[in-house]
Amino acid sequence: MNCDVCQSETASIFFSQVVDGKLQKVNLCKACADDKGVTDPTGFALADMLEGMGEETQTETAVETDELTCPSCGFSQTDFKKTGRFGCADCYHVFDEGLDSLLEAMHKHTEHVGKVPSTFPDLPEAELPVGPDEPVMEASPADKLSDLKDALSKSVEDEDYEEAARLRDEISQLESQLGDS
Amino acid sequence: MRFSTLLKKPAEWMRTPGPESDIVITSRVRLARNLVGHPFPGWARKEDRAVVMGEIRPALEDLSEMRDSFSEEMTKLSAIEKQVLVERHLISREHAAKGSGCGTVMNRKQTISVMVNEEDHLRMQAIRPGLQLISAFRSLDQIDTTLEDNLPYAFDHQYGYLTACPTNLGTGMRASAMLHLPGLVLSEQINQTIQGANKIGLAVRGLYGEGTEALANLFQISNQNTLGTAEEEIIEHLSKVISQLIENEKNARMKILEDKPTMMQDQIGRAYAVLQYAHIITSKEALNYLSMIRLGCDLGFIPEEERETINVLLTEIQPAHLQISAKRKLTPEERDILRAEIIRNSLNGLTPPDFTTILSERDDDE
Repeated sequence: MNCDVCQSETASIFFSQVVDGKLQKVNLCKACADDKGVTDPTGFALADMLEGMGEETQTETAVETDELTCPSCGFSQTDFKKTGRFGCADCYHVFDEGLDSLLEAMHKHTEHVGKVPSTFPDLPEAELPVGPDEPVMEASPADKLSDLKDALSKSVEDEDYEEAARLRDEISQLESQLGDS
Repeated sequence: MRFSTLLKKPAEWMRTPGPESDIVITSRVRLARNLVGHPFPGWARKEDRAVVMGEIRPALEDLSEMRDSFSEEMTKLSAIEKQVLVERHLISREHAAKGSGCGTVMNRKQTISVMVNEEDHLRMQAIRPGLQLISAFRSLDQIDTTLEDNLPYAFDHQYGYLTACPTNLGTGMRASAMLHLPGLVLSEQINQTIQGANKIGLAVRGLYGEGTEALANLFQISNQNTLGTAEEEIIEHLSKVISQLIENEKNARMKILEDKPTMMQDQIGRAYAVLQYAHIITSKEALNYLSMIRLGCDLGFIPEEERETINVLLTEIQPAHLQISAKRKLTPEERDILRAEIIRNSLNGLTPPDFTTILSERDDDE
């Protein structure tokens, strides 16, 4: 990953800052980091810096074609880095890799507690109607889902991203099935 | 309802006092919601935004709370009109800059206001005078529950309400209170207080969001985290901290009155004198002096009945409100002159501060 400022050196300093309640991220090489005063946290305004580099990053987005983009809205990882916001609700699942650690840093939690819309189906394990044809021996879909999620976090830890991608798809498929039932 | 009707009435929170309203000016709660199947406003094309607005606006206007509401597209409002809404805290500065496909709906009393296609499809706010976070939340929660039957919200069991920015994820709720803390500012305890609040996950900002400049000694305190804690729990935590801040502010005021009563009289008396005789005054200067007059009311040096005048002035002297009352665009210099005139006229019939109470107490001591 290249430095967001000079675009030539490899970035070695990754800086996140909440500006106006929104997360902004910047990747910098050592030289640019020193130059921008990142090492001195009080003298560094990420917002000012981001404003100064809007144009360049835009062209960069167009060039990179092989990066992960959201199939629903076309939003890319670079767009997220640039804006700190997502393109649509589906982006949360497309870009879920590393999301939990971001949320942990931001909110100190990764799971929602609180209001759930009444129109929304309950959590799978709570009330899952079991179909008459379902074999009794098979693990419940909820258990399977939690197994898959465990496997997913393990594969991410092991940096086996191919497996992680496969598991992620399987999970989202299972989740949408559960959601439909 | 037309814009001119909306303007004629100062917002309800400016006129009716609420609990702890000597220190807590307002309580606000906002909820961020998005619809399934549409890109978030910042990433959406103009046509997408128009579709979302077409779904949301009728649903809002049908709410019983929104009977006879003010509902308008941002493109139909002039720059000054939008700025008036910002000065009344009914829309954000960001929303005022929005154009096509964005809208604003609010009730007649200006206690509920909704921004359509701000950063999220829906940003709903309830505002109450004084410390009433829970009642603000409940009224907004009710509206949200009605809306969820008609609008398919983007929600996920793990992440909660899905918002454009992950900083709002989960409950999508930001609860905040506007506090008047001249005692903590004068006794130089304010920075310490802000740092303390930050440490426990609360943000403290100035009058209109970021930039913690102590304009009129007003500070907004709000929750930072929205994921992993239930709404009522977030509010309970925030309310507890606010109650503590109220205690601290009262103590700071008492301590100044005991240790430096002359300094306190000087600050209040000087503020009154400048406001009564100035012919050119900037927003910043006026707001800071009005803060001292308000403190004078709280301490009993200025009659309680005058509080409402001060509260209304705090809004009326801001740039867009001035230009609306002048019915034309004003240069900053013209505004400073008109502002001074409005303040002089308002203070004209009022009783000047009377410090005899603390003076006599001091005499007794000696």
